[in-house]
Amino acid sequence: MNQLPRIVLTGIGLTCPLGNDLPTYREALLAGKSGVSLFPVRNMGEQPAGVCDFDQKKYQKRKEIRVGTRAGSIAIYCANEAIAHADLDLEKVDPSRIGIYLGITEHGNVETETEVCQLFDHYDEDIKYWTHHHNPRTVANNPAGEITVNLGLTGPHYTIGAACAAGNAGIIQGVQQLRLGECDFALAGGVSESIRAYGIFAGFKSQGALASHEDPTRASRPFDKGRNGIVVSEGGCIYVLERLDDAVQRGANIIAEVAGYRINSDGTDYVLPNPVRQEECMRQALSNANMQPEDIDLVSTHATSTPQGDEQECKAIRNLFGESIGTKVNNTKSFIGHSMGAAGAIELAGNIPSLEDGMVHATLNVDEIDPTCALPGLVTGQAIKKEGGVKVILNNSFGMLGINSVLILKKFEA
Amino acid sequence: MDKDKVKQIVLDIIAEIAPDEDLNDVKSDIRLRDQLDLDSMDFLDIVMELRKQHGIDVPEPEYRELESLDSCANYLLPKFEAGAAA
Repeated sequence: MNQLPRIVLTGIGLTCPLGNDLPTYREALLAGKSGVSLFPVRNMGEQPAGVCDFDQKKYQKRKEIRVGTRAGSIAIYCANEAIAHADLDLEKVDPSRIGIYLGITEHGNVETETEVCQLFDHYDEDIKYWTHHHNPRTVANNPAGEITVNLGLTGPHYTIGAACAAGNAGIIQGVQQLRLGECDFALAGGVSESIRAYGIFAGFKSQGALASHEDPTRASRPFDKGRNGIVVSEGGCIYVLERLDDAVQRGANIIAEVAGYRINSDGTDYVLPNPVRQEECMRQALSNANMQPEDIDLVSTHATSTPQGDEQECKAIRNLFGESIGTKVNNTKSFIGHSMGAAGAIELAGNIPSLEDGMVHATLNVDEIDPTCALPGLVTGQAIKKEGGVKVILNNSFGMLGINSVLILKKFEA
Repeated sequence: MDKDKVKQIVLDIIAEIAPDEDLNDVKSDIRLRDQLDLDSMDFLDIVMELRKQHGIDVPEPEYRELESLDSCANYLLPKFEAGAAA
């Protein structure tokens, strides 16, 4: 690792159910405000969901919005915001040296489902009414490709399909491509439009893994005894990543440094998580960062509010961090639900200001802790100021088919 | 139905598929592509909307009949009239 170029974050662009920029989002997290609301879902009535409310027209023409996808709009918004935040002047940058790497849980479900429903509802299944926009909307690279069209970028672009581990996976891909010299700037992160497909909700419901609660703001409740499933959300978060030397040379504001990472596989089940492999993934990420558990100030958990998943992750964290009394643990899905392919990137972003302010946002809705989820460092109730500050964050993001991703971020020191 | 109404129907469709365009000064005798930012995919959208909204099918060899508002009116008017009579 030592001989590889150091990679730093120099820009963040995001949209999530708690805001369309990091300061707004962070303020809501520290204030303990939920972003979950009721959202109409075809055939299923109103469901708790995380809905974004960003200005699509800020960076897109109306025709682009009509022709493209929701995931594309989210990606374009986040990319433009990240570039502005990084103070990157595209007029002075070679567009072929910018790479785009976006994590997705899935893509194309929304567009296909919408088209099929329209055909059944209005056109007697006659395929001559099927839109010619279907294929460019549903190809897996769509959200990343829409950014290149919007900004005229000519470097590599693709998405990384990694289920709900994808947010971290997108960032990791960006780090790797920068180290390989494939690009000079990586726009990396994750996006999701999943709330627009009822099949996603119906699938979780059939699994017994869809959250329900009379108050939508209390539906996402990881680690609580009364948790009963996932709140599906949309959103996106894209980072500008650069090699440290390049960032210093252009006088960029360095937000944080990537300390280490790891992606591994359970190799055991389609859906059920495996705490042994999750723990292994965290250990290997620590090894990659040349760190010990005691070096981690904050673990940002993946926990999605399902009865089994939360318990398994806590088991893995307990095994690894049980002796590390200074390590705090929190969960962002309790505020915004599960933004699927964007989750890892959005949740990391919400915790990054901790590196400056030393505050750790809480885990919302833990009214009665499930004993199987009890962790000494778990922050519930209200945000806390961590003694000694926060210098290192470990971000968990896991997904179906047993894919685990762990990213470790540290405060930048020259 | 007359040619002016057909032109207005086509303009209304273009307003939907090219919402950023100013349609106040579209010349009837000039090719639509020469005065508006329309590409071949947009013309497929025009064909689709004629089908969805008005039940009019434009076979692929006849797409070129839609190149200007005048040609649209000449080509589509009999189809609208046939549809109204049916």
